[in-house]
Amino acid sequence: MLKKIFNRNNNNTVIPDEQSKKEIPEGLMTKCDKCGNIAYRKELINNEYVCLNCDHHMPLDAWTRIGTLFDEGSFEEWDTHIRTNNPLGFPEYLEKLEKDSKKTGLTEAVVTGKGTIQGNETAFAVMDAGFRMGSMGSVVGEKITRAIERARELKIPFIIFTASGGARMQEGVLSLMQMSKTSFAIKRFSDAGGLMISVMTHPTTGGVTASFASLGDYNFAEPEALIGFAGRRIIEQTTREKLPDDFQTAEFLLKHGQLDKIIHRHDMADVLAKVLRLHAPVSAPEKKEAVKGGQTV
Amino acid sequence: MQILEFEKPIVHLREKINELKNISINGEIDLSDEIKTLEERLEKLEDDVYTHLEPWDRVQVARHQERPTTLDYIHHLIEDFIEFHGDRYFSDDEAIVAGVGSFHGQPVTIIGHQRGKKTKENIRRNFGMPHPEGYRKAMRHMKLAEKFNRPIITFIDTKGAEPGKAAEERGQSEAIAYNLKEMAGLTVPIISIVIGEGGSGGALALGVGNHVHMLENSTYSVISPEGAAALLWKDAALAQQAAETMRITSYDLKDLGVIDKIIEEPRGGAHRDVEKQAKYIEDTIQSSLDELKALSKDELVENRWDKFSKIGDIREV
Repeated sequence: MLKKIFNRNNNNTVIPDEQSKKEIPEGLMTKCDKCGNIAYRKELINNEYVCLNCDHHMPLDAWTRIGTLFDEGSFEEWDTHIRTNNPLGFPEYLEKLEKDSKKTGLTEAVVTGKGTIQGNETAFAVMDAGFRMGSMGSVVGEKITRAIERARELKIPFIIFTASGGARMQEGVLSLMQMSKTSFAIKRFSDAGGLMISVMTHPTTGGVTASFASLGDYNFAEPEALIGFAGRRIIEQTTREKLPDDFQTAEFLLKHGQLDKIIHRHDMADVLAKVLRLHAPVSAPEKKEAVKGGQTV
Repeated sequence: MQILEFEKPIVHLREKINELKNISINGEIDLSDEIKTLEERLEKLEDDVYTHLEPWDRVQVARHQERPTTLDYIHHLIEDFIEFHGDRYFSDDEAIVAGVGSFHGQPVTIIGHQRGKKTKENIRRNFGMPHPEGYRKAMRHMKLAEKFNRPIITFIDTKGAEPGKAAEERGQSEAIAYNLKEMAGLTVPIISIVIGEGGSGGALALGVGNHVHMLENSTYSVISPEGAAALLWKDAALAQQAAETMRITSYDLKDLGVIDKIIEEPRGGAHRDVEKQAKYIEDTIQSSLDELKALSKDELVENRWDKFSKIGDIREV
């Protein structure tokens, strides 16, 4: 029916512009970039931006993601005051950050904080691919590291939603070093008994996949998310291998034993809440008294 | 020996001198004055060229086909070396060498990327680009080092981890990520030395050391200059410029606070005098070991955390 309205080019219908065809729309209607189905934005919001026709999971910006998961009013944001120094003096880098900041309303490509999912408290980081492709520079690494450290101090779990093109080229080797910094924080958190869940969303690639995204006690993904280390084009160019159609999709990873579970967006909060509940701290049994003469005293 | 572009004026002058010498030897004319002048000029030219290497020149030195590899340094530095193979899950990845040996009488675990110098060996070693099983072999030996309380020395020398279908299927990302996490917590001293190219996550996966050093002409970067140029400016031919912009030399990394020490190279590069280079590395390892020996297990991990948690360039507003 929607298609009919659209085809008639009714004056009351807003035709989606170029941008909204690809991203989350500004307009009234949104076209699915997989099946081409056009839906009212309101309908899509109600459906968590999952295509009503083909079930395609469209990209979510960080705050929309947080809205779909966390109990209303439970959210507290951390470390919004950290900015990059442009360590390589990269031309136009700061201007680009400023532009993306205006576009997304974010200060960087990740939002960190804590909140509750169906009453279960957890720290978390949600990446936003709309900000410099979700790439990881010093600030993203620092914010994630601090969030993990805070979760360790608060003795609460840590959940990360990844969406990233990998390391941020404009910060050179310092971006690379964020991989070891975040992984180090996870080691400290894990040794302290902390629960970490990683949920990889479209797209999760490069240095982000090869660090914290793969380091959850449980690694989940959304359906059909692109997840990989090296880019498809690079692999084809360097190895001249024929790659399967489902190469580097969540389904491909699941099949090869690299993922614990694929979770539909509609089930995400329920599954996460269930995992959090099942890992709630249990107090260890009281230590038995010293054993004397083979008998417990 | 492979002649690099920036060395050509030197080679040219050296050939000239040899020509004159030949003429002198044949006794036709006495050219000793001319030869002396030219030799002085050569000396000055060499000084000039080799002490003012541009980033792109250093990339060429780091990639020199005769540049010493992990096994070369093991040969010079380690006694009683025994190499161990395989990850016990899938296969033996010859792009990484791992084993134990003795350094100045102290048992150590040595792990390093291994490329070949000739085509045949390079193919066998996948040009020093490891698959997941290489990283898993490395981690197995790092855990053994921890169990037997001996220091770990890693040599970094790779363009990057293997990009390919098989690597993705077997979890390249997970293998690298796991190493980053587990190296972080090891309770023995770790000394990492970049000896050639340090390419991205595939290099870092052996690089979470208490001390990280670089040979003077080695490079360490998030992406190759060619890759950076293609990605940032859509033109791989701008690699030379990218080598400067991306700040990938040992001097850059020292300045950015990523590495601890720059290890001097013999004039013209490590390949000119492997023995001398090995000696410089030997002295650096010994002083690192002396320093780290004083730390307890907990302090070693804390020392590493202090180092890595501070890397980055941010400001608070």
